[in-house]
Amino acid sequence: MAEDAVGRDAAAGAAEDAGGRASENVYVASQWQLMWWRLRRHRLAMGAGVVLIAMYVVVIFADFLATADPFYSEAARGEMPPQRIHFFDGFRPGLYVHPVEGRRDLTTFRRVYEVDTETKTPVRLFARGYEYRLFGIIPTDRHLFGVDAPMRAEEHIFILGTDVQGRDMWSRLMIATRISMSIGLVSVAISLFLGVLLGGMSGYYGGWIDVTIQRVIEILRSIPTIPLWMGIAAAVPRDWSIIRVYFAITIIISLIGWTTLAREVRGRFLSLREEDFVTAAELAGASQARVIFRHMAPSFTSHIIAATTLALPAIIISETSLSFLGLGLRPPAISWGVLLQQAQNVQAVALTPWLLIPAVPVIVAVLAFNFLGDGLRDAADPYG
Amino acid sequence: MLAFIARRFVLALITTWAISVISFAIIQLPPGDYVTAYVATLLSTGTQVTDEEAANLREQYGLDSPFPVQYTKWVQQVAQGNFGLSMEYQRPVADVIGDRLFLTAALAFASVVFTWILAIPIGIYSAVKQYSVGDYAFTLIGFLGLAVPNFLLALVLLYFGFVFFNANIGGLFSPEYADAPYSVGKVIDLLNHLWLPAIILAVAGTAQLIRVLRANLLDELRKPYVVTARAKGLSEWRVIMKYPFRVALNPLISTVGYLLPLLVSGSIIISVVMSLPTVGPMLLRALLAQDMFLAGPIIMLIGVMTVIGTFISDILLAWIDPRIRMEIT
Repeated sequence: MAEDAVGRDAAAGAAEDAGGRASENVYVASQWQLMWWRLRRHRLAMGAGVVLIAMYVVVIFADFLATADPFYSEAARGEMPPQRIHFFDGFRPGLYVHPVEGRRDLTTFRRVYEVDTETKTPVRLFARGYEYRLFGIIPTDRHLFGVDAPMRAEEHIFILGTDVQGRDMWSRLMIATRISMSIGLVSVAISLFLGVLLGGMSGYYGGWIDVTIQRVIEILRSIPTIPLWMGIAAAVPRDWSIIRVYFAITIIISLIGWTTLAREVRGRFLSLREEDFVTAAELAGASQARVIFRHMAPSFTSHIIAATTLALPAIIISETSLSFLGLGLRPPAISWGVLLQQAQNVQAVALTPWLLIPAVPVIVAVLAFNFLGDGLRDAADPYG
Repeated sequence: MLAFIARRFVLALITTWAISVISFAIIQLPPGDYVTAYVATLLSTGTQVTDEEAANLREQYGLDSPFPVQYTKWVQQVAQGNFGLSMEYQRPVADVIGDRLFLTAALAFASVVFTWILAIPIGIYSAVKQYSVGDYAFTLIGFLGLAVPNFLLALVLLYFGFVFFNANIGGLFSPEYADAPYSVGKVIDLLNHLWLPAIILAVAGTAQLIRVLRANLLDELRKPYVVTARAKGLSEWRVIMKYPFRVALNPLISTVGYLLPLLVSGSIIISVVMSLPTVGPMLLRALLAQDMFLAGPIIMLIGVMTVIGTFISDILLAWIDPRIRMEIT
């Protein structure tokens, strides 16, 4: 259904532009089409959607966009500040960076770097770099951009600088985006399943089932979540593999995240249960499953999609917070929270402010999901 | 009113029970039990413990009995204020966290106050002056407040404090008061430090509350009775404050139950970042050291504190707003 709406969109858009014919079109358009039209008028939501698509492109092509092996550390280039990329060589366009010379300041014992403005390291598109598997299958060593001689520490490109152990922040950020953005999706899927199941039961059956589930939700929501998560997450054994910790954290986060979705679903069920078309379907002898999935579900799916979008930011912030505290994902896993862990104290933040950069995608993602969710919620009622 | 209080009280009791079960489960989660940990600490100080002695200890503490029995024993002890020993500190848990718990409560309370002080006037302003520059500015700030996790906000403020004032703005006391007994001077010093973390904590809740308050007030302002009030010649201030504002205060009432858990949650992380002497950093250290005998009671106490706070605010609001206490569900 959703694909239909997108497919027909081109024709619909043309019809809408034609002005007079648009009003006729509205009467025959499907619900999804109406939603899409309405959402398209919501500039902020559309912008947020584009940003999110871009972020998921990063999720898919994380390795391709990275310039250096995110796990490769070298003390000789630790705490290197971000390098400036030059787009023009004189008056001709040309990508290059200036090599950076590192030495140890003998009074403060910190590494200091000097930019060598005399020489230029050209930046190439589709350069060769470390080997990886595109989509997890195709082995390749091509990256979107990079420099030709990555072996020598001086001739590398660190557009976001390096961390204490000399690992490239840009590459690490790309990989972190993959984990942080996908952990949200997996968590929200589990929350959605629990929310729809329990919220649906609560709203459809009512009575003591409803009362019990509502009380459970009320109790869950009156417990401060962070200490609870911390307690459960701390019990995750230290020797688990990254994948197992990843799923454990996902489940821990969604165990509490389902309550908002359950409330939304319950509310929808309560209001729909009284509708004439539901009574009609019941009288016509439709089975319970048919009434729910064929007659009721189409009217609230859009609302649930909106609520799900609005639930994602909370999950992203939870994961970031837990990992930031050292209780969520742990190195060598890389997520936004793990990266921010290095910026946990004032000294680190004051001396190496670029370590705070991973905060930017967190804020952008959370804002974008909020804007898109708001737009979807408005669009979810196309007849309203 | 009495029925309302009774209903809320029962709910608070059930919640407390649920929290105690969860806390006890958290203590039990890691492999090994109290005696394993105790024996390990004894060994590290050079005391030899035989397997027989360990078994005796287990029997003495009832650690070989099933989960429900152990839980009942634990709850009985906790009810008498005995939270057991912290492995890491080798001191009773109650001694270790007493003062910190008070500071956590003070921080949460200050945040609630700031949330309301900030959200109510801004919400009214944004609704009355809809689409004005101020409204847009507050909406933007509100969105940012929702999107920026509060520990990041704390980090950024610490950074600015360091860069511009060359001062560490963390902590809750000046050095000269840190270990001093409580006095008027120390309390004033506390208030001098408390406002910054309290405001940082309040930002997220405030942003949410402003949005709801603004939307509700806008709905009310379009109703015919407002026109009537204006037609009768009431001043604009009275028109707004007399009815629409009071109706629009609904979100304050419906969110108060979730505000406190949110703030307490946030205070844990903020305290770690700003090194505040609340239970937050201690909980984190206990969890990282797997000292569950300290972490469990902390989680339990934070939870119970939140429940009590929510219960009190529920009753206060019911006392203020007749719609709440008349609601019979």
